[in-house]
Amino acid sequence: MKNGANILQMKNIEKEYFGNKVLKGINLSVRAGEIHALLGENGAGKSTLMNILFGMPVIHSTGGYKGEFLIEGRKVDIKSPKDAMNEGIGMVHQEFMLVPGFTVTENIKLNREILKHNLLSRVFGENLKSLDYENMNKDARKALNTIGINIEEWATIAGMPVGYMQFVEIAREIDKSNVKLLVFDEPTAVLTESEAKTLLSAMKKLADSGIAIIFITHRLDEVMSVADSITILRDGEVVATRDKKDTNVMELAELMVGRKIERIAKSDGKRNLSKGNIMTIKNLKVQMPGEEVKGVNLEIKEGEILGIGGLAGQGKIGIANGIMGLYNSDGEVIFRGKKLKLNSPEESLNNGIAFVSEDRRGVGLLLDTSIEENITITAMQIKKKFIKNYFLFTQLSKSEMRQHSLKMIKELDIRCRGPQQVTRRLSGGNQQKVCIARALTMEPEILFVSEPTRGIDIGAKKLVLDLLLKLNREKGMTIIMTSSELGELRAICDRIAIVSEGRIEGILKPEDSDAEFGLMMAGHYSKLRNREGLEDA
Amino acid sequence: MPKKLQETINRIGIPRLIITAFFIFLCILAVLLGLPIGSLISDTLVRTGMNGVLVLAMVPGILCGIGLNFGLPLGIVCGLIGGLISIEMNLTGLKAFSVAVLISVPISAVVGYFYGMLLNKVKGSEMMVSTYVGFSAVSLMCIGWLVMPFNSPEIKWPIGKGLRTTITLTSRYAKVLDNLFSFSIGGIVFPTGLLAFFLICCFIMWRFLRSRAGIAMKAVGDNPVFASASGINVNKSRIIGTMLSTILGAVGIIAYAQSFGFYQLYQAPMMMGFAAVAAVLIGGASAKNAKISHVILGTFLFQGLLTVALPVANKIVTEGNLAEVLRIIVSNGIILYALTKVGGGGE
Repeated sequence: MKNGANILQMKNIEKEYFGNKVLKGINLSVRAGEIHALLGENGAGKSTLMNILFGMPVIHSTGGYKGEFLIEGRKVDIKSPKDAMNEGIGMVHQEFMLVPGFTVTENIKLNREILKHNLLSRVFGENLKSLDYENMNKDARKALNTIGINIEEWATIAGMPVGYMQFVEIAREIDKSNVKLLVFDEPTAVLTESEAKTLLSAMKKLADSGIAIIFITHRLDEVMSVADSITILRDGEVVATRDKKDTNVMELAELMVGRKIERIAKSDGKRNLSKGNIMTIKNLKVQMPGEEVKGVNLEIKEGEILGIGGLAGQGKIGIANGIMGLYNSDGEVIFRGKKLKLNSPEESLNNGIAFVSEDRRGVGLLLDTSIEENITITAMQIKKKFIKNYFLFTQLSKSEMRQHSLKMIKELDIRCRGPQQVTRRLSGGNQQKVCIARALTMEPEILFVSEPTRGIDIGAKKLVLDLLLKLNREKGMTIIMTSSELGELRAICDRIAIVSEGRIEGILKPEDSDAEFGLMMAGHYSKLRNREGLEDA
Repeated sequence: MPKKLQETINRIGIPRLIITAFFIFLCILAVLLGLPIGSLISDTLVRTGMNGVLVLAMVPGILCGIGLNFGLPLGIVCGLIGGLISIEMNLTGLKAFSVAVLISVPISAVVGYFYGMLLNKVKGSEMMVSTYVGFSAVSLMCIGWLVMPFNSPEIKWPIGKGLRTTITLTSRYAKVLDNLFSFSIGGIVFPTGLLAFFLICCFIMWRFLRSRAGIAMKAVGDNPVFASASGINVNKSRIIGTMLSTILGAVGIIAYAQSFGFYQLYQAPMMMGFAAVAAVLIGGASAKNAKISHVILGTFLFQGLLTVALPVANKIVTEGNLAEVLRIIVSNGIILYALTKVGGGGE
């Protein structure tokens, strides 16, 4: 079976978003009965590739793509998800697309119901035909049996465990009679370990029945256990295609992450980071949707730049947001020997902790307000700066505010028409500098910066990183930088903590090998450790 | 030059240019039809002054993030109570007016506090909820007016129980502000005191918006997530804004009544919120942003249109009770147009 005919061939696929090349000539072929794993970091181009495969509107509304793809050797042009379905391509979504109030059968057969005639439909026509539940249930049962899952076909979706919903989704895809190629987009992300095992064996069964499978995941051990061949994407290019038997986890991890690193920070011998801990985080849990933190323990040394890295959705973003009190959190944070009250932004700010949010336009800025007000407002509210007091009343001190913002604009080189310009019209890099200026106005002892270079161009990225480095070196500010871009973390950080599944997977030095970073990001370390632990017990 | 013109147009906004042009067109028409333009303009000024504070009440609501305060009748009812108490105390003149204001402020502050707490519980649908809060408050007070223990014969029905539907202020403080320092130039009478009262309220509001609490409130309305990340208590700021809006509604109705000459109870306050909303929107505000200049310009244009359009229309179509029909069409038409501008044009 493993040497079946090519079901899908993609040749030299290129895609641009507004002049930004995200796919640079991808070649991919998948054979019948093969499980083909697609690996890559966030932003490597996996989703774009799949969107092209499914003819998603987002592709065609942004100018289409270049290159061609063939299904069973036939050149096809897929313009919409419906075309993809007709070609026998199915997708198991990461978010479940099921109707909660319907039964399993109804969901599986939605819009493809088996109908039968009744008295009314004979008179009034097709639209009044009734559902043939008997046959529909039979089909549903068959599909469920194929993947080897024991759910009653008449049960409703609402209230089912998440894992079961995933299986219903799969059953729906394979119930389509013409399905040849199935795409699994991170199917195990929401499953428990035993559910994931069942899923993987179901995938194997499906492959054995001749269906080709594209398996997108971050989990390298799953790849090694089920995939036949593996394609690794990085920055919109195929960096390698391997057969499973020719590779190992270490190599995959290295291929996934590897890129040239330019270290901006010079390794000068004068760095003295032995002053002790400025902050100790114990068992921090943050309920941030999509970035949940499930118990982080971390020690932050005074005067260092600590990087927090990891894949999207693993919880790295949640740490800073939790400490700043923006999301409900629980645990213990000790700052300068004192226990910090959680869930109170005011308390954190008062203690000299400042934060530059990853969501610049949503949390970081008042978009329709002037630069000077954006820079000064937090300090005004928390430290009562830029304010004149008249008995019970307060009035803004325009001159102090102007003076300070002009100073900041000059120091951080914010390119603008003046302090009164509204921030909406600034470029991403300059907006980011306004956010940093606001944090600096608080004169913080410790600065949390999340995704400082997201959505800004390359030149400005370098400026922002240089600025952070300067603040650290010249003012001795402790900086915790959270970023999805490992490259920039390795460029300026002293230590890098990698977060996986809401916990710290490990702490690395910027010089450590690509393979180690890759393994940690894929959450492989702790999994191995857990397994050993279980076996010991 | 054309670029500069374009910028000016953008700054003023096309809707305001159209309305201003329409207003000027109506004024010219009024002159051509031989209507007394001087008295029309005097009327416009008076109506601007009497409605101004009610329109100003929209500003703290919009800026603190509860959107357009359709629940203005709640504040109005508080103002009416203050006004009635001042009559019950048998006061007259400016003293009576001031006492009415002083009594209504604490009442409306307390009511506004609870109203603000309610609005904090329904974030995202404040405008819908506030509309019905206004309606319910008016309806509830219909019972209230019937049972309130007022004894002054000016307030009570001569026979039976309950308060009158309209309470005349002629012998109390009708037009005390209008006539204060008023003068006339070329047939146009300037209600100096009234306009001054309105502008003083605007000035206090403007000052408040530059205070620490005011700036926090603006930040909350603009971006609540940003505000809470800056350590601002979002709910508290929203309550302050709602309280201010309610207080201004109460003060506004007293200023309105002294110029109008009557307090109107029962159903009368029901729709007053809508006129205020329309005026501020015409002035250039949106559901997210409002300035004092929007209030002044909007009140003037809205009231000006109402004042001038009716006599002109009556002159053109001389038909029995068309005046009343037209008044409703014109005023609701303006409100409808203004409500389509709630988004303020967006990006």
